[in-house]
Amino acid sequence: MTKDVEVNDVTGMPQTVIVIGGSSDIALATLRVLASRRLERVVLLGRNEETLTVAAETLRGAGVAEVSTAICDVTEIAPATATVEKVMTELGSVDLVIVAAGSLGDSNLEVIDAENVAQTIAANFSGPAALMATISRTLSRQGSGRMIVLSSVAGVRVRKANFVYGSAKAGLDGFALGLDDALVGSGASIMIVRPGFVHSKMTLGMKAAPMSLTPEAVADEIVKGLERGAQIVWAPPKLKWLFAVLVHLPRGLWRRMPR
Amino acid sequence: MNKPTTTTFVGWGRSNGSVSRHHVLHSDSELSALYTGEDSVIARGLGRAYGDAAQSGGGVVIDCTQFSEIIDLDLSLGRIRVQGGCSFEEMLRYVVVRGWFVPVTPGTSFVTVGGAIAADVHGKNHHRDGSIANYIEELVLVSPDGTHLLSRTSDPDLFWATCGGMGMTGVIVEATLQLVPIESAYVTVDTDRTNDLDSCMELLSSGDERYRYSVAWVDGRMKGRHLGRSVITSGDHAKVADLTVQQRHAPLAYDPKQLLRVPLTPPISMVNNLTLLGFNELWYRRSPEHREGETQTINTFFYPLDMLGGWNRLYGPRGFTQYQFVIPFGEEEVVRYALERLQQAGCPSSLVVLKRFGAADAAPMSFPIAGWTLALDIPLGSSSLAVALDDLDRHVANAGGRVYLAKDGRVRPELVRTMYPRLGEFVAQCQRVDPKGKIASDLSRRIGLRD
Repeated sequence: MTKDVEVNDVTGMPQTVIVIGGSSDIALATLRVLASRRLERVVLLGRNEETLTVAAETLRGAGVAEVSTAICDVTEIAPATATVEKVMTELGSVDLVIVAAGSLGDSNLEVIDAENVAQTIAANFSGPAALMATISRTLSRQGSGRMIVLSSVAGVRVRKANFVYGSAKAGLDGFALGLDDALVGSGASIMIVRPGFVHSKMTLGMKAAPMSLTPEAVADEIVKGLERGAQIVWAPPKLKWLFAVLVHLPRGLWRRMPR
Repeated sequence: MNKPTTTTFVGWGRSNGSVSRHHVLHSDSELSALYTGEDSVIARGLGRAYGDAAQSGGGVVIDCTQFSEIIDLDLSLGRIRVQGGCSFEEMLRYVVVRGWFVPVTPGTSFVTVGGAIAADVHGKNHHRDGSIANYIEELVLVSPDGTHLLSRTSDPDLFWATCGGMGMTGVIVEATLQLVPIESAYVTVDTDRTNDLDSCMELLSSGDERYRYSVAWVDGRMKGRHLGRSVITSGDHAKVADLTVQQRHAPLAYDPKQLLRVPLTPPISMVNNLTLLGFNELWYRRSPEHREGETQTINTFFYPLDMLGGWNRLYGPRGFTQYQFVIPFGEEEVVRYALERLQQAGCPSSLVVLKRFGAADAAPMSFPIAGWTLALDIPLGSSSLAVALDDLDRHVANAGGRVYLAKDGRVRPELVRTMYPRLGEFVAQCQRVDPKGKIASDLSRRIGLRD
């Protein structure tokens, strides 16, 4: 498939970035790498003012000239959309939007109920997807720009251990793929990132899965993806080949996966 | 006025496109309406700028290619007056057979006169004749604040800001060029093969006086002892006496044809380490160690790539970039470093060209300054390229050099001020004729040309 890489720098390096889920460890690690290149303006959107402020300080320390924050809960679609639209208008032009919002939630039968299932799906799928629709309209209007969507291998083949989170990520992943195809010719494009187990705030206290990696390692893969003009990034890259096999595993076996 | 449509515009490197309205210019009277519209505008010619100079995402791209008449040619003085969208190719077909040639030409004839002035293009004769601005007698510029008749004596500040100004002062609707006389449509060429960079530079330096045109093709693949091995071609327009009996029948005959067109974009780049190995080796080996007085046609000498239409497609869907910089004499080490740094990053440069520049002209944003210029075509898609080029930018800026904005798609914005210390003068002229900042390109936004 031939597709133009729609970023205003031929090596994929952005100057202006918005992050949805602004205290995400992966997003922050990515911004720190981009700060050493030509990142100038960042707006961090998230639920928790305190963690956003800390994140903003880190980025200023890394040399980003303008960093600001705003409160935005992706599960509250109307106010979240309004905030994103306002931020994009104020910035004038945006090179990159990182959609990193998400939460692991619960997938334990004993614990889940209608409310927390709906909440997990809103935080990982319906909320981010709704915002991506808004963002893609703005990027199309400016005729260029890119989105990075943090998906997960948990969504590539949903498994028992985290099926609520995994199915929400599966939804987001499919949405992003379809949206990216729909955006061909608009100037906007999407890069999907599928990390494996990452040692981060979200997985604190959990036993690491095989091939686990740090947020910094994911960030390196993301930046490489931007430089290459990739459409899908796996972190680590070998997960791509592993999952090419795993998706065909008989269900009886897959069910017995320890995690 | 025609109805604009939406188009994805990309530079010649086919990499960083953006979508904007497409307005085909038929008359300069359409410009005032475009300048008073809501969107930003930028002029575009034949799209040979490698990066994002002639596109403006979310704005209007003014396509000047249909605005391409030859208005007047004074045969006795060799002065030609053309519309801004007239291409060198069209001009050459008209003037060569009448015994004239363009005073300065870039490596392709598929550039418009407006685009050539906006980039203040140079050619293989820069060491002797300077860049195109030196031969512009007069130009008509339509800016948001009105129409300006410019020359070296009429509003010189705006004239010089427009030459090399990347379209930021307005649309060049008309230009008068001083041509140079020729006896034939042929070039007498001397070829030399050198083993390394030092001997290449030495030979180019010693040829400054002797040759009107000279350039070195460098094998970007070679390391160590043979780093910078090259093939130098130098020449001048052939006199009738230099031609064969057959050629003398019609010394000025000129009707170049495109041999081939790349019909589609291959799914992967055809330019990679493997193909480059073969190509470079072949090119070097087939060149003679020393040959004098070979007769070549204008197109073989000046525009070899024009024979392969759409050759930029060979780089596949990711496209490519050209990194061209100039460093002052005395900073030769930067040239060596650039070759080594890109090899170290594993980024194959397909086409590497080295040449000497003569003195700079008076334009604040003109690229050439006295020194060495190196241009490297590099396929995109390697994840080590961004850092390597950022590193080269620093070396170039520290050495008092600069990158060529007509080729650029990625320079670090904060270095542009160092590389172009007269940016302030230029911005003042832009501010004067475009106070509301209606003119903007992806390039100008990316590197802050109006800040």
